[in-house]
Amino acid sequence: MTLALLVRRSLRQHLLSTIVTALSLSLAGGLLMTVWSLKTQARQTFERMDGGWDAVLGARSSKLQLVLNAVFHLEASPGNIRPADLAALAANPAVKAVVPIAMGDNYQGFRIVGTTTNHFTDHQFAEGQQFKLREGRLFEDGYREALIGAFAAEKLGFQVGSEFKPYHGLNYASKASDNVQHDEVYVVVGILEPSNTPADRVVWIPIAGIQNMAGHDPATAADVSAALVQLRDPAAGFRLDQLYNKQGDKLTFAWPIGTVMAQLFDKIGWFDNVLTLVAWLVALVAAGSVLASIYNSMSARRRDLAILRALGARRRIIFTAIVAEASTIAAIGAALGFLVHFALLFGAAVLVRAQTGVVIEPFQPGWVWLWAPAALIGLAAAAGTVPAFKAYDVDVASSLSPES
Amino acid sequence: MLTPMALLEIRGLKKSFRSPDGQLHPVIDIPSFDLAAGQAVALAGPSGTGKTTFLHLIAGILTPDSGSIRIGDDEIVGLTEHGRDRIRALRIGYIFQSFNLLQGFTCLENVLLGMSFGTGADPSRAEALLRRVGLGDRFHHFPRQLSTGQQQRVAVARAMAGKPQLVLADEPTGNLDPANAREALALIRETCTENGSALLLVSHDREILGAFDQVPSLADLNKASRPTALSRL
Repeated sequence: MTLALLVRRSLRQHLLSTIVTALSLSLAGGLLMTVWSLKTQARQTFERMDGGWDAVLGARSSKLQLVLNAVFHLEASPGNIRPADLAALAANPAVKAVVPIAMGDNYQGFRIVGTTTNHFTDHQFAEGQQFKLREGRLFEDGYREALIGAFAAEKLGFQVGSEFKPYHGLNYASKASDNVQHDEVYVVVGILEPSNTPADRVVWIPIAGIQNMAGHDPATAADVSAALVQLRDPAAGFRLDQLYNKQGDKLTFAWPIGTVMAQLFDKIGWFDNVLTLVAWLVALVAAGSVLASIYNSMSARRRDLAILRALGARRRIIFTAIVAEASTIAAIGAALGFLVHFALLFGAAVLVRAQTGVVIEPFQPGWVWLWAPAALIGLAAAAGTVPAFKAYDVDVASSLSPES
Repeated sequence: MLTPMALLEIRGLKKSFRSPDGQLHPVIDIPSFDLAAGQAVALAGPSGTGKTTFLHLIAGILTPDSGSIRIGDDEIVGLTEHGRDRIRALRIGYIFQSFNLLQGFTCLENVLLGMSFGTGADPSRAEALLRRVGLGDRFHHFPRQLSTGQQQRVAVARAMAGKPQLVLADEPTGNLDPANAREALALIRETCTENGSALLLVSHDREILGAFDQVPSLADLNKASRPTALSRL
């Protein structure tokens, strides 16, 4: 009780520095938790986000480019697959299902992807989860009809019955006049429920729509950009890897998708480390601010500390009270840090969803919620030992003035 | 030997301080001093005679160069700092000239802290003590919200909080006007009597000293404070 009273009153006596220091700690704690949560969740989510496919077959290129292009709809297509190669893949007994995709156009930055309707009728994009229609129906092959992902529909303001003309190319230039618009008019016939996958950002049309779009090379009209593949068993992946990647030289078989994505995170691991280092440095500086704020107030506290000693307070109690004060400031900062963390992560989640369609959960619990506040409090407590030693050494007699 | 009734027994107490030029200056040289349990004694002495140093030595805030200080069965000299803190918390109440109240704490908290390190915090006793000194309606006031007379009453309540056997009062009325000084002194004596505490008060105020039966002169007790020694301080 005495310790709590000493800490509480001291915090109140130095309210301004308590608030400022706690706020700086909250920023440090929030940043640390956000960086950690973001990199952990992003890695987990991207590695898990295979769209329900085991592999991607595409033109000779890097596996990562293929996966990013075909599954995440982010990268440029490395080239096309000839119809014969697609047919051979589909006929391979190791293959359970193949869905071709074709791309090359966008509508106001949202990628237009040509595919077949079995992408939506037969396929599970995650365990037990199929694409569902929020309204309307699926497009019909042979018609200029479009099915819109939930996020794209929301951002484009599309409803069933909306019409649009695709723009050529995968990217939409910020200057409207730099974009080349096709003459074909597509009608929105259906809007998908949110799936929290990259598919939410896609404008889906029949594959023939892309293949035959005016301005596209008629010589490649039967080609597709990539094939999304489901295998009958995991061992089949090794055989196809051998067939396409080691024996062949014109196609790339990206398998397994999770491992390919893990390579991406391994490649950008240095960036993670830099972010984490910055977050730790901010935490160290914040802990230093605890040290500075308490240390600087020691002259003003000398008399109070001497009075406490004169009342019989042992040095150990004084030392503990100062360390507990530093820890309490850190605990307040860590608690406020959760607000900073949720705000930052929420902002990051909005950005990640807008760019990739992948959903980051700001409120998903993680061990970082325990160890980051604990580390912050530990750092502040360690910093608090410096002024605590100064308090420990206060000369009682000379601090109890005046003398008679 | 300690007499059966003696609470405080001092023998051959010496304390010197080193000046910046490296010279040792004796401040306390008291061959003998006794105080019986429940006794009230005022020590007279002008400023600079080592009154505060003497009380700090008894309270264990300072350590002597030599000599013996016994409070009850406990020999203070030679105890560890922790041991001296313990004696101070359990046996001694200290009243200062400048009150030395903790400004960031309420009256009630100041009194509670007077007992926290010894007998343990007892809010009901702290409240009773504040009522006893006439501050029953000031529990949650901060020292700056009180008059100087009221602040000294809080200091008295705090000194009594741990039921001390010995109360040391260092110029307790030095910052008070005559009326408040008389009132404060009466309060200190009354509360000491009620608690059964011995009182050792040092002052140079003749009116205050006149209220005591025994008023030894510190200058007579302390060989170091005689004119030759004083002139060196």
